[in-house]
Amino acid sequence: MERVDAYPTHDYQGFKLRPGKPFPFGATFVPGGVNFSIYSSHATSCTLVLFNKGEPQPKVEIPFPDEFRIGDVFAMIVFDLSYENIEYGYRMTGPFDTQQGHRFDSSKILLDPYAKAISGRDVWGTPPNWDDIFLHRSLLVFDDFDWADDRPLEIPMEDLVIYEMHVRSFTRHPSSGVKFPGTFAGIRQKLPYLKELGVNCVELMPIYEFDEFENSRLSPETGETLMNYWGYSTVGFFAPKSGLAATGKLGMQVDELKALVKELHRNGIEVFLDVVFNHTAEGNENGPYISFKGIDNKTYYMLTPEGYYFNFSGTGNTLNCNNPVVRNIVLDCLRYWASEYHIDGFRFDLASILGRDPLGYPLSNPPLLESLAFDPILAKCKLIAEAWDAGGLYQVGSFPAYGRWAEWNGKFRDGLRRFLKGEPGVVGDIAQRLQGSPDLYASRGPTASINFITCHDGFTLYDMVTYNDKHNEANGESNRDGANDNNSWNCGWEGPSTDSGVNSMRMRQMKNAAAMLLVSQGVPMILMGDEIARTQNGNNNTYCQDNSLNWLDWNLMDSHSHLFRFYQNCIKFRLAHPVFRNRWHLSNQDRVGSGYADISWHGTQAGNPDWSGSSRLLAFMLDGKHARGGMVEDDDIYVAMNMHWDSHWFELPGLPEGKNWHVFANTGANSPEDVWETGHEPRLDDQTGILLGDRSVVILVGK
Amino acid sequence: MEVIRSIVQDVNVVRLAGDLDGNTTPNVQAEIMLLAIPNVKMILDMSEVVFMSSAGLRMLLVMYRTIIGKSGKVVLVGLSEDIRDTMAMTGFLDFFTYLETMDDGLKTLSD
Repeated sequence: MERVDAYPTHDYQGFKLRPGKPFPFGATFVPGGVNFSIYSSHATSCTLVLFNKGEPQPKVEIPFPDEFRIGDVFAMIVFDLSYENIEYGYRMTGPFDTQQGHRFDSSKILLDPYAKAISGRDVWGTPPNWDDIFLHRSLLVFDDFDWADDRPLEIPMEDLVIYEMHVRSFTRHPSSGVKFPGTFAGIRQKLPYLKELGVNCVELMPIYEFDEFENSRLSPETGETLMNYWGYSTVGFFAPKSGLAATGKLGMQVDELKALVKELHRNGIEVFLDVVFNHTAEGNENGPYISFKGIDNKTYYMLTPEGYYFNFSGTGNTLNCNNPVVRNIVLDCLRYWASEYHIDGFRFDLASILGRDPLGYPLSNPPLLESLAFDPILAKCKLIAEAWDAGGLYQVGSFPAYGRWAEWNGKFRDGLRRFLKGEPGVVGDIAQRLQGSPDLYASRGPTASINFITCHDGFTLYDMVTYNDKHNEANGESNRDGANDNNSWNCGWEGPSTDSGVNSMRMRQMKNAAAMLLVSQGVPMILMGDEIARTQNGNNNTYCQDNSLNWLDWNLMDSHSHLFRFYQNCIKFRLAHPVFRNRWHLSNQDRVGSGYADISWHGTQAGNPDWSGSSRLLAFMLDGKHARGGMVEDDDIYVAMNMHWDSHWFELPGLPEGKNWHVFANTGANSPEDVWETGHEPRLDDQTGILLGDRSVVILVGK
Repeated sequence: MEVIRSIVQDVNVVRLAGDLDGNTTPNVQAEIMLLAIPNVKMILDMSEVVFMSSAGLRMLLVMYRTIIGKSGKVVLVGLSEDIRDTMAMTGFLDFFTYLETMDDGLKTLSD
């Protein structure tokens, strides 16, 4: 049966129209045409602006007739549009009264906040025509990808090993050897590498459309163009960044990203997105009009009583996330990515901002965070907060979680780094971190803790053992940017060294870090390239560097194959042993009658850990009969960590009759005896004790 | 856009020449669908397709689903490197059997 609404009722300059449907927002295909729907609480009128692709001037501007508005929503169906050849935007009319928070300017053409693809930065780094009257243009997109039998993987949180990566950085370096460097397709070509490493989740740094030219400038040091490289500044929340797709120039970025997600899923790898809802690319009162500013400034941004922009994000503006309208667009956005792109989880940049009220005060029960936690479409998505913001709110351990939210555990990073560099007095703290931080997440369990030692912010692992101080001169801010407090140690020489002693200690320290990360309860996250000693030459804030400071040099795979092998085996070992992956906190007691506590603590003497303020060593044993709260039986595990500059003899705890200690890893030994394949660990000759070299970690398996 | 139809053995051969985009796709699709009878064997010769847009990719997949749904078989031959790359990166290539030459296509369909 043919539908009545497949026929137009209105005509405007030869364009056939019909009153549209307010729902869904954005541009949607309907029989015979396209439904355009957009809302503004304060606009008095709205005009749809249509362009033929790439043309400097609009082909038509169609004002929404009064009868096409319902509530605050303007909705219109336009028939017979050539969908591949159309770019669209809106003009909004309303008050310009900055004291009241209004900045309407009908001379600006505005991007649809719900645009599912955006043109204007089609190919990464191609300079735009700055005189263009409409720089970021909304495109029409078919949501008809053929997923076959794919859906989000729903790997239990406790079983994840996350790999944080930047799409462009992963394959842009010439050494990557991929056909389309720096793209979604490039990642697909390097999928065998990810599988070999053994991670089961990739967390992509921002892939929502952003403008790499935002605040671009020449480096006073190198003369290179500094860019908005990382992309923590969103232009469009529903659109994948065209410049990260090899097919972006054809407008096929949507399909390319979906094809990547599908392929990763087929290989058992989940996909998380790093999402930036705390601010947008529109800056403050001096920034450009892209979208929200001209559509409904007062609704979308947190404004001071005088109408200026609050700056809790450190980037000029702050999205007004607990306004009901803004809350809905965030929810719509995440639902869209979860359902249309099969995204498995989200990491929220500066998430504490999402818990502030419209005047910036922290809410005790933030409606946005609650909505996300209980949403049916997001029900199986992992939600991870960067639980702080640039306005001084630090909520690690206290982020409003609703039983759902996990956190980047900044205290894990800081504690492990201090222990690693040999600071005394941190073993008590370390004991908490290794257990999944029960001091922070008592009721939430270890899966609330995303454990990491390095992430995109700060030093890479190699730089953490090579530099005491940041070296950010290349960013052109006289080394003022980036964190000063890195808890790093250069092993005796600042920067690269030819001293074999220094280099072997650095290698050992990297392995120590990997080992401790991967035996901790909670969810480990590895920074891209740490497994092959990627360096940023001491730069701990490479947000603007489109060059080898960020690009992964695949030649490191040859020079650091031992380190790669160490990571690879540690990941396999973790995934083979459920005793590392408890959903609930360990009790430090024997709850299954095995004769052993689920976790027991040791020092140079078994059962006698040194908690004193000068201690730099600690050991623990995980009882295999307590794995997964006693639901499954695993081997026993013993981990000894000596962060002291002298070697120490560690007496081993006794095993049940018939079991023996076997060596899985010893970072003090030279490769290949530093680590063994799971299941092929050699039996330890002396079952009563083991000598740990200076600054080294030993992992034994009792079976 | 030209659509040239022929029959070789028991196989419908459809040769496309020109750009397969939003403007040309509806007509091409209509012509091909006429051939999509039950148990059809079809070769789509793409060697003279210069450019393929997102609409072209979708047309191919709709055609594939229709033919498979009628227990037919379809193979693509003569994909240029550019088009094959685009199809691979966007996931469309996963659905298709694609071969270098017409002879390869005929052989595959006769097996």
